[in-house]
Order: sequence, then structure tokens, then C-alpha cells
Amino acid sequence: MTRWLTARLVEARDETPTARTLRFEVPGWPGHLPGQHVDVRLTAEDGYTARRSYSLASATGVELTVQRVAGGEVSPYLTRDLRPGDLVELRGPVGGWFVWRAADPAPVLLVAGGAGIVPLMSMIRARRAAGVSTPFRLVYSLRSPAELYYAAELLDPPAGLEVSLVHTRRTPPGHARPAGRLTAADLGPYGEADCFVCGPSGYVEAAADLLLGLGHDPARIRTERFGPTG
Amino acid sequence: MTIFSRGFRGRSRGDDRLPPGQYLTEDFPVLSAGPTPRVPLDRWEFTVDTETGQVHRWTWPELMALPYETPTVDIHCVTSWSKLGTRWRGVSLDVLFEQVETSAEYALVYSYGGYTTNLPLEDLLDGKAWIAYRFDDEELAPRHGGPARLLVPHLYFWKSAKWVRGIRLLAEDWPGFWESAGYHNYGDPWREQRYADD
Repeated sequence: MTRWLTARLVEARDETPTARTLRFEVPGWPGHLPGQHVDVRLTAEDGYTARRSYSLASATGVELTVQRVAGGEVSPYLTRDLRPGDLVELRGPVGGWFVWRAADPAPVLLVAGGAGIVPLMSMIRARRAAGVSTPFRLVYSLRSPAELYYAAELLDPPAGLEVSLVHTRRTPPGHARPAGRLTAADLGPYGEADCFVCGPSGYVEAAADLLLGLGHDPARIRTERFGPTG
Repeated sequence: MTIFSRGFRGRSRGDDRLPPGQYLTEDFPVLSAGPTPRVPLDRWEFTVDTETGQVHRWTWPELMALPYETPTVDIHCVTSWSKLGTRWRGVSLDVLFEQVETSAEYALVYSYGGYTTNLPLEDLLDGKAWIAYRFDDEELAPRHGGPARLLVPHLYFWKSAKWVRGIRLLAEDWPGFWESAGYHNYGDPWREQRYADD
């Protein structure tokens, strides 16, 4: 894992107006567990380097989804300037805690806030790739319909995956749930489960507290928080 | 061979307070692995237990009664952010260890909520570490480790255990939570010791 690997961008597609999925070809990539992340390193012509961590969105191969942070140093480059054929360096996979293993039969509750969907999507894709029927439920908070990542997959989920979208500011037409913050009712009732919560710090804090209030075992609540990673 | 990223210029250069690979943040991001434990002060305690089985214990009022220091320090998270000039209030571990007799070389720090982290005992002594309970002139918020956290700023910040509950002194090194999950055993930001094999 020590080595920096050379990664060539092979495809980029927009998820939303400010988020882009990047697929890289990475010779020597050892594979990863869903939920892990990579460090990305950029090097300027004068040798200056910047590195950031990004979650893997894919189950196999290397796909990252990067949310552009206004005024950021790295994310504007990755989401606007990087073109197929361009090179960056990657190191990873990193992280052995916020991971789901397909051999684990326990039901799973995924709770995503905004860009926090990325590592959880890797778990959803790994579930499908493994061909297991482990019950999955995804509760995904987003401000408005325009901010939905992975729309094609999440609006038509496979059997055994239940998807609940929680719009916090604006709902799509015909959506029953009014716009508003995540509540306990959005998360339950759901039986004992391995819970994975990912999103901005405040969201994760609130969601984890709601899960505790619903009686989930703190030892089975795993969290990953996004700081401002511009 | 250096791999250049076409057209990347980057921003900040040449702040010698920043360890390699770090960038500045004005914010105070949070990194933790599970829900935030809530520890009522009337049940809070901090313990040091030695390799010979001696247990030293402080309640919250006892900790508050000890002389404190107000370190202003730079902190460096392994996820690459650094924050400069953070202001804390806490009790130096030198004060707590005045009454502890030990020949142990290693410390395993443990927290409410089950987190652990390990470091050599010498990295906790001689003015290098505090049990901190105020940040920026305010009570330390639960999400930042309150009521009290370890502050050991010369190592990556995961060593500064939030919700600290005690220190176990050991003759042999015992890897903690992140140290068992692929992160470096020591974690010196100036030598960029992020991952196990750095």
C-alpha cells in the first residue's frame, strides 16, 4: 500500500452540476473493500504537491466521485480540469474500519448525507456484484432532487435494497414526504443491523444520535465524516 | 519518475509550520469512527493503571482542582488538514504522573465509547501532552472529545484520543484502534508517518 500508483483517467461523467465520477485505470491496483478510500496526489510543474482522501464509489476497479468545493484547491481541478488521458497518483486502498464484507449476512442500514453516499454506493454495488441477498436499506439525505448521485441505480433499486430519499429543502413533484431534516421516523423502524453513516460532521452526529435513540447498538454504528476537503 | 498533473498549479506554498502533505484549514473537522459518547460529569473519571496493577483515579472535580496550562499548538490530522495556533486549557500529564511510579515504556490510551490508541510513554511526558477540557475559551464540545480529551499535538491527531477515560501503562507496545487498522504505529507528521509501512 506504500507505493504511489500512477492512475490514468479513462472516463468522467457528471453526477450533478457540481459532482463528477472519475474512472481511473490503475496498473497494480490491489482491489479494495467497499467503504475504503484512496489518497490522491497532484503534482504541479514546479514540484508542488497536494493530496486529499476520496472514497471509492465502485465495487471493483477505481471510481471516485468528487464533489466540487467552492474555493477548494484540489476538487475544482478534479471536477473541471482533469481530462481523459491525464495522470494523477493514487495510494490505497486505505481504511479497515468503515467497510462492509459481503460474507457478513447481517442486515445493513446505510445512512448518507449528501456526498456521504459515495462509500455507501460502493457497498450497494459490492452487494450486487457478490450476488448476495443481504437486506439493505439506504436512507439518503439530499437538499434537492438535482443533487442526487447515481440516479439511474438508486431510482430503480434491485430486490432486497430499499431506498428512501430524504429531501431537506425541496422535494420532487409528487413526493409524499415534505422537505425537512432527517428524523427518527425516516430511519425506523428497522431491526438490528450494521449501520454505516457517512456525511458532513453535523449530519453524522445527528444521524448517529437518532440511531442510538432508536435502540441501535453503538458498537454496530460505524461513522465516516467529511470535513471540508477542498 | 515524477508524475505531473497537467495544468495543476495548486495554491499554498512554503508555510514551514505545515508538515509534508498537509494543507491548512480554518475549520475544525471531526474524525471519529462511531457515535459520540455522552459522559455525565458526575460519573466521569480518569484513571492511570500501571504495569504493577496500581490504579490512580481522578474524578472531574479533582481534575478541575489541579493546576492547568493553556497551550497554543498546531494540530495535524492524518487526513491531511492542519490547523495552526489552536488554544486549549488542560492539565499536563506531568502533573498527573507526579504520583505514578512506573518503569513501563508504553501507554495504551482508552476512551469512553471504546476507542484506543497507543504511544510510547515518553511522548506523554515532559510538557508534550495534556488532558484538555477547554478549547478556544469554551468547554470542549462532545463532538470534539468533551468533556475531556488527550492532547498530544506533536503526533497525528488520532493519537489525541477524544472522550479520554484512562491510560494503561504497559511493558510492551499494544496497537490501538487505528494502529491495528493500517495506520502508522507512531504517527509523526513531520516524517509523514501516515500508514503502517511509511
